[in-house]
Amino acid sequence: MEQFTGKVIYQGIAIGPIRIYTKKERQVKRYKIADPAAEIARFEKACEIASAELASLYEVALRKVGEDNAMIFEVHQMMLADTDFLDSVTHIIRTQEVNAEMAVATTGDNFSAMFAAMDDDYMRARAADVKDVAERLIACLINGSSENELLSEPVILVANDLAPSETVQFDKSHLLAFVTHLGSANSHTAILARTMNLPALIGIKPDPAWNGRLAVVDGYCGTLTIDPEEDYLRQMQEKKAKEEEKRSLLQQLRGKETVTKDGRRMRLYANVGNLSDIHSAMENDAEGIGLFRSEFLYLEKEDFPSEEEQFAVYRTALENMGGKKVIIRTLDIGADKQIDYFGLEKEENPALGFRAIRICLKRPDIFRTQLRALLRASVYGPLSIMFPMIISLDEVRAVKKLLEDVKAELSLQNIPFAPVEIGIMIETPAAAMISDELAAEVDFFSIGTNDLTQYTLAIDRQNPKLDEFYDPKHPAVLRMIQTTVANGHAHGCWVGICGELGANETLTETFLEMGVDELSVSPPLILGLRKRIRELGNAKEDV
Amino acid sequence: MKTFSYEIRDSVGIHARPAGLLVKEAKKYESRLVIKKDEKEADLTKLMALMGLGIKCGDTVSVSAEGSDEDIAIHALEAFFKQNL
Repeated sequence: MEQFTGKVIYQGIAIGPIRIYTKKERQVKRYKIADPAAEIARFEKACEIASAELASLYEVALRKVGEDNAMIFEVHQMMLADTDFLDSVTHIIRTQEVNAEMAVATTGDNFSAMFAAMDDDYMRARAADVKDVAERLIACLINGSSENELLSEPVILVANDLAPSETVQFDKSHLLAFVTHLGSANSHTAILARTMNLPALIGIKPDPAWNGRLAVVDGYCGTLTIDPEEDYLRQMQEKKAKEEEKRSLLQQLRGKETVTKDGRRMRLYANVGNLSDIHSAMENDAEGIGLFRSEFLYLEKEDFPSEEEQFAVYRTALENMGGKKVIIRTLDIGADKQIDYFGLEKEENPALGFRAIRICLKRPDIFRTQLRALLRASVYGPLSIMFPMIISLDEVRAVKKLLEDVKAELSLQNIPFAPVEIGIMIETPAAAMISDELAAEVDFFSIGTNDLTQYTLAIDRQNPKLDEFYDPKHPAVLRMIQTTVANGHAHGCWVGICGELGANETLTETFLEMGVDELSVSPPLILGLRKRIRELGNAKEDV
Repeated sequence: MKTFSYEIRDSVGIHARPAGLLVKEAKKYESRLVIKKDEKEADLTKLMALMGLGIKCGDTVSVSAEGSDEDIAIHALEAFFKQNL
């Protein structure tokens, strides 16, 4: 048994034989040609074939993965028809009197180098598309078509790299998983794997000796295991069976209402930490996003993310949720989440220190950028903005004032934005105690039970020695929640819970009784919780 | 020659898909259509040159049309930019 670890692109478990996929080596030999005009005619013929192939690939992709993902093949066709590209090839054939394969290879390398040198991740990734087009042309020149060997049995496909055209042409019923060495989370192949619902890993270098051997892809831990031992195999089979069971639960409960037998409703939203979690939220039928942690935008960077970068992410989140509510929490760093470029000082007691809204109010430059990006994105779907770590009315008013300033600035610049709901996290005992006053200022509350518990019980979450003292169902915490819900409702705020406690099924009934309006939990927990809620209540109480 | 300038609003700039659509649009006209960003320019009928400009959201570009149908072309393109970019 050998195990390799890579990066997870899409979760899931696959067990089956490995198929090492290698491109038919493009051995482009350079040779002199006698008749450039005939060579150019041969090249033009290859272009026609390649273009026809791309047109049919587009049709296939359209059916399999939808128009947005299929568009890339139309772009490939356009690249193939690009006059600069064609001129370069014919020019090389004519002036150097070389074969068309060589001219295409040289031109493809030049154009893809141009994209590879650009200062934009998206454009850099297009270098692979140019290469894909050139490879196709070369295959057409050599073989008369570029059709690849087809798969006949379900396999785990392992390759150094896969071009989008290769990923889509495999019959999905013969694919169990993708494992590649190269590729990025941004590549079309990654997007296609997600759309096709196949576990996928990157960063594992294929060894031709694996061909045909039994393997396990664990798309949760990111491992590829060759020749699994019996124990491990059995373990993974069980994990896979559980996963399938969960999926069937998912199938049954998708689209069903979250309502108890006696008609009490609860909204089930998802907590997400980045854009790929949004996909998972959709897959698990989240009714909205209850907590979008915007920190990842800052944590993944070497410097402050620009307004444009943030806007693009917020917009995508709203568009992907297709009209469902998205609650984005403004920057919450400090405490256990530190970022070098913020230049924050070391603190004795970071959990009680300079964090979240406190940083935002002290560094309005950073905060304004985020607020501008959020407001600009608001035209793409129902957006709610939520502020973390509030302890006072003054803070809420300061934040609202800043938001109004930013709105005025956008109006002056004729930049559109839509009305947004404003809410705060209730995660300090202070906020819970004055929730009646806070409720008058905002549209909603979301109770962050992790911090609320830590601050109420004076128990450090990070210290495992305190586990035995930590009682998440401590009556003090539950009373805080109850008070917050009652105060919120009395002043027209709806109230949700976005901490871990929200997913605790032994408390679901309690939350329903308190009148909690929404629970926001990690996406894989949504359907289980829906099941629980649908089982609660006495069916015959009301009609 | 007719021209207009435009500030790109689309969050991802002129990436593959809008570039493709733009080239399709530009090919409908006889006039020579050129897009310019800072000192760099590209023929609007050339996809890769256009993508190579790396035009992002917030960039201001100028577009010019020169030829027999320059009036129609410039109006159509301006409308295209407003609608798609």
